[in-house]
Amino acid sequence: MTLRPDVLLAIIGMAVATYLCRAGGYALFRALRPPRYVEVVLQHLPGPIFMAYAMPALAAHGWKGWVAAVAVVAVQYASRSLAAAILVGVGAMAGLGAFEAWYLAR
Amino acid sequence: MSDQAESKGPVVFTRHGVAHGIRTALPLVIGTFPFGLVVGVISDQKGLSWLETVLMAALLFAGSSQLLALELWSDPAPIMAATIAALVVNIRMAPMGAALAPWLDKLRGVKLWGSLAFMVDHAFALSAAEQRRGGRDAGYLLGIGVTLWCFWNVSVGLGHIMGAAVRFPAGHALYFAAIATFVAILVPLWRGVRRDFWPWLLAGFLAVLAWKAGLGQPWPLLIGAFAGASLSAWLELRRE
Repeated sequence: MTLRPDVLLAIIGMAVATYLCRAGGYALFRALRPPRYVEVVLQHLPGPIFMAYAMPALAAHGWKGWVAAVAVVAVQYASRSLAAAILVGVGAMAGLGAFEAWYLAR
Repeated sequence: MSDQAESKGPVVFTRHGVAHGIRTALPLVIGTFPFGLVVGVISDQKGLSWLETVLMAALLFAGSSQLLALELWSDPAPIMAATIAALVVNIRMAPMGAALAPWLDKLRGVKLWGSLAFMVDHAFALSAAEQRRGGRDAGYLLGIGVTLWCFWNVSVGLGHIMGAAVRFPAGHALYFAAIATFVAILVPLWRGVRRDFWPWLLAGFLAVLAWKAGLGQPWPLLIGAFAGASLSAWLELRRE
């Protein structure tokens, strides 16, 4: 159960940087009162930010990623349950992986 | 959107809102727990003690920046490099607080800066969706954040204890849980083809393009997100 000073300093440095990211954007916004266009862009950020996060990650998973993503969206839409959607996504990924392994070994 | 939201009365911050956030966040743990285990296992491999590992998890509460820092970990600890890495990976969170301004503007002191301290991607996305539905209780954001933070510490600490015992191979389906979470969160954020189709397509397309071009995070994310949001804002302002 050690706590080395160099490790502690690295952790504190990272923590300060991370809090600046979390709170700094809002603090700047509050201090500067940006023009209306900037405000509207920020209001429209949620959808695009998660598209921009998810699409490269799905592309990295290849065809299995896209199929699993369709399953996730369908379950989330139908059930409105995040838990069900996430579980189906992982299940689909596992099933598709097993299918691919079987198909290639055939 | 805004006139509907404003008709519901002033923004409040109640225990009820926090509880609502906690209930919403619990299923999200399915997505974050395996990720936390992995971060804990890698911390152990990099020679961090349990205390150092859990301290990092609790103070950072940002999985991808923890992973990146561990990737470039050395002896002695890379103080400067780790700090810069955290700044680069987490800069995506800067616009999130600003986007939640309709709620945050009404908060003061600990409620405001504390809510921001626990804000993560999921908490932001779900709060934005709640805000659009006309939700006026800003406690929701903190409820989600604190719940995920608690389980994050538990999962990372557990991962460190399990050490080499839990070694999911690189392509394990469990890793898909984190991505599936964000894909699922997109569904309640969708406001229809007319408003979201082209902006979302542009965001996803540019992000994939930037990623294919070999740009590391956060660039694909920032390029895609701001291009999509700009187009979306332009479409809305044109309609006014």
